[in-house]
Amino acid sequence: MIFGRTERGGPPVEPVTLKILVAGGFGAGKTTLVGAVSEIKPLRTEELLTEAGRPVDDTSGVEGKHTTTVAMDFGRITLREDLVLYLFGTPGQDRFWFLWDELATGALGAVVLADTRRLEDCFAAVDYFERRAIPFVVGVNCFDGAARHPVEDVRRALDLDSAVPVVLCDARARDSVKDVLIEVVRHAMAHAAERRHTVTG
Amino acid sequence: MSADGQGTPHWFDDEAGPVVRPYAMTRGRTSSPGQHRLDLIALVVAERYAEDREADQALSPEHVDIVELCRQAPQSVAELAAELDLPVGVVRVLVGDLVEDELVHVRRPVPPAELPDESILRDVISGLRAL
Ligand SMILES: Nc1nc2c(ncn2[C@@H]2O[C@H](COP(=O)(O)OP(=O)(O)OP(=O)(O)O)[C@@H](O)[C@H]2O)c(=O)[nH]1
Ligand SMILES: [Mg+2]
Repeated sequence: MIFGRTERGGPPVEPVTLKILVAGGFGAGKTTLVGAVSEIKPLRTEELLTEAGRPVDDTSGVEGKHTTTVAMDFGRITLREDLVLYLFGTPGQDRFWFLWDELATGALGAVVLADTRRLEDCFAAVDYFERRAIPFVVGVNCFDGAARHPVEDVRRALDLDSAVPVVLCDARARDSVKDVLIEVVRHAMAHAAERRHTVTG
Repeated sequence: MSADGQGTPHWFDDEAGPVVRPYAMTRGRTSSPGQHRLDLIALVVAERYAEDREADQALSPEHVDIVELCRQAPQSVAELAAELDLPVGVVRVLVGDLVEDELVHVRRPVPPAELPDESILRDVISGLRAL
């Protein structure tokens, strides 16, 4: 993932870095989606947990605390030498949600992958991003053998705000995933414009 | 084996992954003093004189690996962790040490409260189209 030595003498290029999260239930296609557009690498975060399963205070020592490995998908897309987009596939297990807070901080936006055979699996992710006002797009992953739910049915079932884009996608297909990501950025732009508008009155 | 050696039952199961003590190389520290928690996409940039200074310091092999990678090109915290197969928490501590030793500096991403420039977002869209 190294993009070559910078020219001798010149200062290194420090690219602008942005991140988009990819969430969804078990087997919804998160890993597939990240892998379709980037070289995927597993990322280990070792989290210190108390018995209650909450992260412990950062500055405390590790004595007597449990550490557990949480793996997530991580991909890098070099858009330009000075512009890099990172994708993070969020851990599917609900009990690792405190990890999301760190991932979500500063994220440009998110994709929630929905598997129409188990639509309820993505309710939690939708709630999470709604509550934090993080712009997200719902990608309806078209698995073989699944009934093609029209986009409007999915929107209704998820009780989505009319501004939230719902797009059909195939997480295996690079072009389809590109379209989903473009939709996230577009939606984030609209979201930002609206926020600016609200702030300035 | 349980992390505290007392065989206490864990609230998490096997799917959570192995229980490990990865903090040996940080001497048990989970963060460096005075360090904010580094964002996963914060960029670590080697100082230009890092090459000469590296030798003077008592650095662990992992510290050296980080400096080496960052000298080739600035790397995000997440990339360093993935590339060196180290947990993110460990990389944060080691990067904190290197900042203190002035071998690297960290460029933080756009603060969460602010939004990236609209022109940057347009560039992201055209970059994605061109992929
Ligand atoms: N037909 C079809 N199959 C898909 C699609 N996306 C993923 N799959 C398949 O579905 C299975 C699960 O996909 P993953 O990408 O591993 O799903 P995941 O969300 O990462 O799963 P977990 O990490 O276990 O939660 C794999 O066998 C994929 O090949 C899709 O768009 N269409
Ligand atoms: Mg996966």
